[in-house]
Amino acid sequence: MTNDWKSYNPLLLPAIKDLHEITVYEKNNGYQALRKILKDQETWSPNNVIGEVKAANIRGRGGAGFNAGLKWSFMPEPDGKPRYLACNGDESEPGTFKDRKIFEFNPHLFIEGSIIAAYAMQINVIYVYIRGEYRPFLKKLQKAIDQAYENGYLGKKVLGTDFSVEMYTHMGAGAYICGEESSLMESLEGKRGYPRVKPPFPAQRGLWGRPTTINNIETLANVPLVMNNGADWYLEIGPDTHPGPVLYGISGHVNRPGVYEYPAGMDIMTLINDVAGGVRGGKKLKALIPGGSSTPPLRADMLEGVSMDSDSLREAGSMMGTAGMVVLDEDTDMVDLIWRISHFYSHESCGQCTPCRDGTGWLEKTLRKIKDGNGELRDLDLLLAICHRMEGRTICALADAAAWPVRYSIDRFRDEFEKKCRKTVYAVA
Amino acid sequence: MSDTNTFDATDLAEIERLTAKYPEKQAAVLPVLWYAQDKFGHTDPSVQKLVADTLNIPEAHIYGVVTFYTQFYEKPMGRHVLDVCTCLSCQVCGGYDILQYLEEKLEIKAGETTPDGEFSIQSVECLGACGYAPMLQVTNDKFVNHLTHKKIDKLIEALKAGKKPEFESNRMPQHENGSE
Repeated sequence: MTNDWKSYNPLLLPAIKDLHEITVYEKNNGYQALRKILKDQETWSPNNVIGEVKAANIRGRGGAGFNAGLKWSFMPEPDGKPRYLACNGDESEPGTFKDRKIFEFNPHLFIEGSIIAAYAMQINVIYVYIRGEYRPFLKKLQKAIDQAYENGYLGKKVLGTDFSVEMYTHMGAGAYICGEESSLMESLEGKRGYPRVKPPFPAQRGLWGRPTTINNIETLANVPLVMNNGADWYLEIGPDTHPGPVLYGISGHVNRPGVYEYPAGMDIMTLINDVAGGVRGGKKLKALIPGGSSTPPLRADMLEGVSMDSDSLREAGSMMGTAGMVVLDEDTDMVDLIWRISHFYSHESCGQCTPCRDGTGWLEKTLRKIKDGNGELRDLDLLLAICHRMEGRTICALADAAAWPVRYSIDRFRDEFEKKCRKTVYAVA
Repeated sequence: MSDTNTFDATDLAEIERLTAKYPEKQAAVLPVLWYAQDKFGHTDPSVQKLVADTLNIPEAHIYGVVTFYTQFYEKPMGRHVLDVCTCLSCQVCGGYDILQYLEEKLEIKAGETTPDGEFSIQSVECLGACGYAPMLQVTNDKFVNHLTHKKIDKLIEALKAGKKPEFESNRMPQHENGSE
């Protein structure tokens, strides 16, 4: 990426006052993509809309980075019975705080994207799942949904056409795991959020046994951009393999933390130093967690020339995740930090699979022992062995998400871990 | 509020409306539990039984749901529940200092309630306000960001006076210094 980020004008969250009001949104080209599609359904048949979105290669912004249009194309042919779109606004990955910006500042962009998604997959019911902690933001979204109903974008016969769609909000009640798509469906069905075994995938058997697609909020907010301007235009933004705008949530030890919108593939050091104002207090950078707590931390010396897109981050030894970047300065105690992350996963494990339920607990206990100065060097081997027995051995990816930060931190910050295990160096309290 | 809990006609109409959003009644368990918690302040076993009876769903199922999700209170809590985030970004930005300050100020530990029943403190997992750390959430509702000792003093005063915090909007830094 060159310096053109400075002249970049946000597309998902533009600086327009009161954009959350439907009148303002409409004045700024709002709901035009939906109008265009519904007015000319011959050109924009459901399959053609899916084709366009697929061509734009919107990579899922919830963490997996899967082509959204391709996901849509997995939905079977309609059989006259209900099918569902579930919008994932659970946003519980530590370090992530982007979707709430869409709810607060540009909810109609997301609503329009969801309606287009529903049309493309011939779905008539949309559920928006929002974490319970986001109640104040849910209220803002609900207001926008009510406005969209009033203006005829939602409900029976959208804009006078034969297409009808309902949109309901559903509030979680405090469970990280409900951001996992099958757990989200369990929670929507009124149960404990236990992830389901896949296959069958949601497109085959989802909510109430019917075909269902689950998309992240930010992913859906990208859809009107694509439909207004075309896939070719969209592909011009950011790197070829990971196009489009991205909401970067930058937190931790920086001078100007917050959510920023720039093209995907921004240079990491530019984001830290120029965009977010550098490490606070003039301190040195120690490490970065690039995309939420489950993405392996990178040492400062590993960040040279690395950019925020799936390929570059994979090469560097981490992942894009949710683009929730946690910046850590030289004073950060990595053992303490990783213990707290393990504590999180231990608390949030749903308890369904033994490797995860017990593994996350043992990671937490062993790390606490080390952090408290009671560790021995062999505990590091024990930690790695526990990781090995968790990864890939459970129904969902929570076990992997818990193991990776531990495994990679021991690898990349081994000195610090060893120091705490040597009693001669680390005074025991 | 430990006397017998009941739903009146208004409540039942609202529950009917919540249930209508879904093809199956069971899906309304979370929204109805939220509704009950708003009304009674908690979802203790007596409230769980009421919800179970109202929706005609086994009490065991309701109990399972309440105990799975952290935001449902299994027992009565203080009038104001202060959920201090101590996870990741909040941890490295002083979340534990804030928690300790609150504990000392209110003379209780995380997980406890003040003897007068005014305040409960909890140490919680990521609340999704990482850029505005350290922060806390007041009784499953408003976020109070960028906490300092002074801001906590003010918050406690306000809550004691019955004044709830306002919604804090965090604009994008990109828009603050930009040309717009």
